[in-house]
Amino acid sequence: MASYSTNEFKGGLKVMLDGDPCSIVENEFVKPGKGQAFSRVKLRNLKTGRVWERTFRSGESLESADVMDLEMEFLYHDDEFYYFMDPNSFEQYPASNAAVGDNAKWLKEQDTYVVTLYNGAPLAVTPPNHVILEITDTDPGLKGDTAQGGSKPATLSTGAVVKVPLFLEIGETIKVDTRTGEYLGRAKEG
Amino acid sequence: MSEINWQPTASLEALRRRAALLADIRHFFAARNVLEAEVPLLSRRATSDPHIESIAARCNGADAWLATSPEFGLKRLLAAGFGDCYSLGKAFREGECGGRHNPEFTMLEWYRCGWDDRRLMREVGELLGRVLGIDDVRTLSYRALFQRELQLDPHSAAEEELLACVRRELELSFEPADRDECLDLLMSHRLEPAMGGGITLLYDFPASQAALAKVLDDDTGTPVARRFEAYVGGMELANGYWELTDADEQRRRFGADRHYRRDRGLAERPFEERLIGALAAGMPECAGVALGVDRLLMLAGGYRRIDEVIAFPIERA
Repeated sequence: MASYSTNEFKGGLKVMLDGDPCSIVENEFVKPGKGQAFSRVKLRNLKTGRVWERTFRSGESLESADVMDLEMEFLYHDDEFYYFMDPNSFEQYPASNAAVGDNAKWLKEQDTYVVTLYNGAPLAVTPPNHVILEITDTDPGLKGDTAQGGSKPATLSTGAVVKVPLFLEIGETIKVDTRTGEYLGRAKEG
Repeated sequence: MSEINWQPTASLEALRRRAALLADIRHFFAARNVLEAEVPLLSRRATSDPHIESIAARCNGADAWLATSPEFGLKRLLAAGFGDCYSLGKAFREGECGGRHNPEFTMLEWYRCGWDDRRLMREVGELLGRVLGIDDVRTLSYRALFQRELQLDPHSAAEEELLACVRRELELSFEPADRDECLDLLMSHRLEPAMGGGITLLYDFPASQAALAKVLDDDTGTPVARRFEAYVGGMELANGYWELTDADEQRRRFGADRHYRRDRGLAERPFEERLIGALAAGMPECAGVALGVDRLLMLAGGYRRIDEVIAFPIERA
């Protein structure tokens, strides 16, 4: 398997650390003028999502991780798995609840998501930063309160619950930031 | 077709600031009667410093190296009786690349005859204060900083105590090899960020990190290197010495560097025996300091990355 030296470490590189696949977030070259050189590295553990900080001696290396990001279409789910399809090979990939995690609430059938494969199996599923979804449940709208203040919870077609302005109604489609769960605005018609 | 990155990474504003800073530095030394001197960037000798790698070149069909600092050239001028002098120009170091490093960078280095490190520290404070507009200049011993932040004495703590502190404070992929590696780790990861926003002049380094500084007893009777560093906002800016003038001791240190490099499988290169000749002939007692001009410019202009103050960093050079 290929390995990478500290001077090749850069954001997005996938490496193995302590037996887990990780993605390098940041690599800072640290060197006191008259002292030894180190690489101070932040890595995201792709299994747990946790960010690790680790210092390496300059010139040390890590094995690459067999990790690939592919765009796939979400098909459906059952009790055990969420099924995705590679639109090029038509191959289906079952992703476990653990792999999908909290992002389950953004999954809409036939939409496209980034599926991270580790040794060929889904490790994580990432929705686009912005998604457009329909409101399926919320308290009745308050007319004349379009300008300022106030919000209420709204349930979306995928099950996500987000805070929206008071004037929105069931059946309207809105744009949401999946990283923060924040309401961004009404979706344009069409 | 892939994009061709022909553009500079620094703004016109940054390059104007750079030009003004270089002029200001020259003015500072002209007013103090310190001579600007040019010494070779291309040399038949490499650095002996165990933690710095020279970049190899070829010249007239034989090995040569790019200078990692103007130190040896300036010291030979001092030994020749030329008096106070400085160099403002490029230096080159293999493998040093990052947010605060570029393998080719601008270094200011100057020497003051008859001065010790304490007096030169004051002048470094004056230059930095003038360029950065900061009045807040603090001096702090290396020991006092370790005691304040980590409650340990870097000179007398047992190696196990240093190792325990490193393990407690940091996540490492390796076992530190010796005291100095522990101290370097703690300094770069924990203490530099703790130094705050003003100018900090840190002095009296461990004797094992003397490089080319005199080693003398401090007032507790501990041998310390009469070496200092300047930091601003947690960034290392300058490194200075009360210079070693003893030719025999210099030869011993070159030998120790050579052993260190051999033990670690690092390249062995011809070192500058002319420096020993210069010391033997009688280099005057003096203090000297090297200062990173690109980093000074970063601080002066509020730039976060060295790429923002260098027109064409190595990826585009």
